Amino acid sequence: MHIVVCIKQVPDSAQIRVHPVTNTIMRQGVPTIINPYDLFALEAALELRDQFGGEVTVLTMGPPSAEDSLRKALTFGADRAVLLTDRFFAGADTLATTYALATAICKISTEFGAADVVFTGKQTIDGDTAQVGPGIAKRLGLSQLTYVAKISALDLTARTIDAERRSEGGVQILRTRLPCLVTMLEATNQIRRGAMADALRAARAPIVKWSAQEAGVEDISKCGLRGSPTIVKRVFAPAARSEKAVMIEAAEQPAEALIDAIFKRQPTLETELATLARGY
Amino acid sequence: MSTAPKTATSASGRAATKKELPEHFKAYRHVWVFIEQERGQVHPVSWELMGAGRKLADKLKVDLAAVVIGPEGEATQNAAAESFCYGADLVYMVADRLLADYRNESYTKALTDVVNAYKPEILLLGATTLGRDLAGSVATTLLTGLTADCTELDVDVDGSLAATRPTFGGSLLCTIYTLNYRPQMATVRPRVMPMPERTVRPVGRIVSHPLGLVEDDIVTKVLSFMPDRESAKSNLAYADVVVAGGLGLGSPENFQLVRQLATVLGAEYGCSRPLVQKGWVTSDRQIGQTGKTIRPKLYIAAGISGAIQHRVGVEGADLIVAINTDRNAPIFEFAHMGIITDAIRLLPALTAAFRARLSPHSRDRIAS
Repeated sequence: MHIVVCIKQVPDSAQIRVHPVTNTIMRQGVPTIINPYDLFALEAALELRDQFGGEVTVLTMGPPSAEDSLRKALTFGADRAVLLTDRFFAGADTLATTYALATAICKISTEFGAADVVFTGKQTIDGDTAQVGPGIAKRLGLSQLTYVAKISALDLTARTIDAERRSEGGVQILRTRLPCLVTMLEATNQIRRGAMADALRAARAPIVKWSAQEAGVEDISKCGLRGSPTIVKRVFAPAARSEKAVMIEAAEQPAEALIDAIFKRQPTLETELATLARGY
Repeated sequence: MSTAPKTATSASGRAATKKELPEHFKAYRHVWVFIEQERGQVHPVSWELMGAGRKLADKLKVDLAAVVIGPEGEATQNAAAESFCYGADLVYMVADRLLADYRNESYTKALTDVVNAYKPEILLLGATTLGRDLAGSVATTLLTGLTADCTELDVDVDGSLAATRPTFGGSLLCTIYTLNYRPQMATVRPRVMPMPERTVRPVGRIVSHPLGLVEDDIVTKVLSFMPDRESAKSNLAYADVVVAGGLGLGSPENFQLVRQLATVLGAEYGCSRPLVQKGWVTSDRQIGQTGKTIRPKLYIAAGISGAIQHRVGVEGADLIVAINTDRNAPIFEFAHMGIITDAIRLLPALTAAFRARLSPHSRDRIAS
């Protein structure tokens, strides 16, 4: 079995700061990490490989420095890493990204064996769109299982996969045909600590690097900024509110002072809260 | 996996920011809202979007249409009737027994087909698990732009959809356009837009469209469905009162102070992102750009510094009360009321004081 896991190297968004004067993002010194949700996807892939045999290929699109994330994925136990890197990919929105990744997955299937399952995280922590997984599935004509909490069964003979998918009101148990695309939810598993052997191998392992042309991109105008239907017209800091917070200062009985201030400002809240509280 | 929106630098480097709509897209008109129903229930986000859609349609002087997709029967008919009550001029409907459960393939086909047949200029969906699953597939099939998790929707002077969303983990906002492709698609999370007034209106024009699939065409099968137990479900997004805690609480044990106050208030409890990342609280309780958006009447934030990521999720609250030791914490820039003190000390006192004020016994005592 061959599994492809798409990962993304993202800035640790918890550590991003905005320049107070220029309102621009200060990226310098912000560490990069593998998108946390992609680690759940990678672990799910490794578990399937452990159970059914085969290989796991990790794929990322990004600048040459994204190699760090691929090496990290190899230390966790991935068998092969592919870096899709080319200036033509720069500025891609989700539609252009799915074109490049789907093309690369086709090439991976030709070179290293047809992909049975393609995994991604449910979304990234920098873009937060959750659109790339469904987009890749559509491009490749695969069925998709998004927001998956658990792969419950896999039958390589019948070529079917069962999964628990989170929906708004509960959990759907779905069965679909292989090959398919799965996006993984958080907190369903924990990425393993890679074996020492994997760490040693990862340090020396060659990483497959493809330009757009090498990956088999036929129409460069579908990549990067040129291939992106969405355009960012304006980036700005949220407006500061003119109204300042009313500060409650009471050395004694601050709780009572705060409640008084709340009810003074919103008198209707007192009866509403009493009604709500009575339910408990 | 997904891509961060481009930065201002890349946008300014792009020449094609003026509108040169290809000829075949000029027939695209009207604003559409996808009405999400799952298991016979319309998700309230659909009505919230109807409110936003109505404003866009009025500004563009076009019709607002609802798209209702579901199984034949009462629930789907009711969803259509309700759409008129929330401002729809007409409803496009795909009703087929194969649409009883949400499956990507059948719903993508249904929605893509009506778009191609009736050509909306703008198509809005809720950013729910269903809406995001569907929107990504439909936008890729149509090869058009899709802007996720918008916090503001407007129409530009030249009639383009200006979709504003947080970027870089919520530190900044960006306005995104889909200039040369149609439809212009956007998703909006539950509770970001206010719920519009419901008016009683007679059922209007319903345009039915066939699904054109048989069961064998659909590869994915629903084996079973396990509904969430009502008691276990957090109702954060639609709660009237929310109490939340952040890193200022210092330890996972102290988080119970938040839960205790929430219980006394009959409120839901929540937290900021770091607490989920540390594993103190489950992710369904997270408030903010990557968690839930809330619009309560009262929001109490204890020990939350108020990163913009969090701000985005709570801005719709009527009254934001912040408790924090740091007087320079960003939360005081958007809270209505603040108190500079240690939440660990104030929360138990607040719980006791609210309990005394709100219990019927204390009221009786005051009355007598």
